Amino acid sequence: MFDSVLIANRGEIARRVIRTSRRMGVKAIAVYSDADESLPYVHEADEAVYIGASAPAQSYLDSAILLEAARKAGASAIHPGYGFLAESPGFARSVLAAGLTWIGPDPEAIEQMGDKIRARNLMDAAGVPVAPGSREPVADADAAVHEAMRIGYPVMVKAAAGGGGIGMSAAADEAALRAAFDTARSRAERFFGSPEILLERYLPRARHVEVQILGLADGRVLALGERDCSVQRRHQKVAEETPSPGVSPALRARMMAAATRAGEAVGYRGAGTVECLVDAETGEFVFLEMNTRLQVEHPVTELVTGIDLVEQQFLIAAGAPVSFDPDTPVASAGHAIELRVYAEDPRRFLPSPGAITAWEEPAGPGVRVDAGYAAGTTVTPFYDPLLAKLCVHGATRDEALARARAAVTRFRVEGPKTNLPFHAELLENQEFVSGTYDTGLVSRMRSA
Amino acid sequence: MAEVRAEMVANVWRVLVAEGDHVDDGDTLVILESMKMEIPVLAETGGIVSKLHVAEGDVVQEDDLIAVID
Repeated sequence: MFDSVLIANRGEIARRVIRTSRRMGVKAIAVYSDADESLPYVHEADEAVYIGASAPAQSYLDSAILLEAARKAGASAIHPGYGFLAESPGFARSVLAAGLTWIGPDPEAIEQMGDKIRARNLMDAAGVPVAPGSREPVADADAAVHEAMRIGYPVMVKAAAGGGGIGMSAAADEAALRAAFDTARSRAERFFGSPEILLERYLPRARHVEVQILGLADGRVLALGERDCSVQRRHQKVAEETPSPGVSPALRARMMAAATRAGEAVGYRGAGTVECLVDAETGEFVFLEMNTRLQVEHPVTELVTGIDLVEQQFLIAAGAPVSFDPDTPVASAGHAIELRVYAEDPRRFLPSPGAITAWEEPAGPGVRVDAGYAAGTTVTPFYDPLLAKLCVHGATRDEALARARAAVTRFRVEGPKTNLPFHAELLENQEFVSGTYDTGLVSRMRSA
Repeated sequence: MAEVRAEMVANVWRVLVAEGDHVDDGDTLVILESMKMEIPVLAETGGIVSKLHVAEGDVVQEDDLIAVID
């Protein structure tokens, strides 16, 4: 096992990785920009290295600066967290070239899955169901219109190199498609550095369900259950739960098998997530994309399985066996829900940076809070709005819901506006409570 | 006269109008960027942009003046 790890990230996920490092006796080295100097993770790390200005391009996205920080601190491994450079094959290669352990899959696997068109084709070839869609990049709006006739409306327009829902939109007809294509194209260029666009059949009533996989050091790929991520605003997740109330045991078995095949097709090592859409009407699922890193919502899987996923990432990266018996099916106990607490107003979901004057976290049986901030810290406009992940675990879904309601009431954040009132509303929403919801839930809540 | 102010701390990503331009109610004046989201700032009244207080790349604080429409 490596003796020290540099965490090339910030906020709650840096803190999360530090916690496991500590427990495993691995020295945790944090990095921070000007904006993040006073955040809890910087103080909790064994060592913290300043890496530059607040704009991500000048700090967390600069691989040369990060590698220099690792050299200076004598780090022997790098954990990328999620976002920033976590899915950059170039960064993974330069970490390996510097003789460090990369806590993630092989750069080739990241590359194959990072291009959504290539990933779709690869999954199709591996026998994983994919939605009707582009087999190659769509060159311009005319080509998109032509392609949409083949696929069938409505279609989803996406950046091939994209992620996080940015620049994605659905189009029901040709006029909407032309507008969506132009928007997607400019966003793709700006956010992902590649203008390549793909189209996919859009499912109006679908659940977003993903499977946690773990590629072991010996080459085996395990599936550790699913997470339902259908509560979304602007195509970004707001709340997740496991097990999914919309997945039957038979469907679950098919999804686990497909996710395992997906991982095997790219020789996957470490923690990854196979995202799928489940058609609420037919109960069929299709592959959406694979995230080649630790997922934001990984805690719900940890709560029901009792497995520390960051620990498994460390062990696999070090070439060691995982901490549990991989020959026995992983048992899942109870029900877990994660609520993403964002610095945003709870009606329109617009960002609300600012100084945090009061911060009180809920605690108690079945409550876990992964937070990036504390009282006296400031939420700046440079990064995503995630303040904390409020996670609850109960013996049943009803118990988890009850614990979530109580925990939301007890979570007090003053300063920036937060979406805690939205979560209180969600936990009383009939569709959510009954478990029959799909990805349209939040917009229905807001158009009512 | 109508003052247009920033609703939140943000970076000014795009400025789409210049002083002297005529704008209609609902036109986008500037696009702010905060927390990885683009936020269009719209004119809430029609008229002439008599003052523009921001440039691309500026950082605005909540309630900072962005533009004045006469």
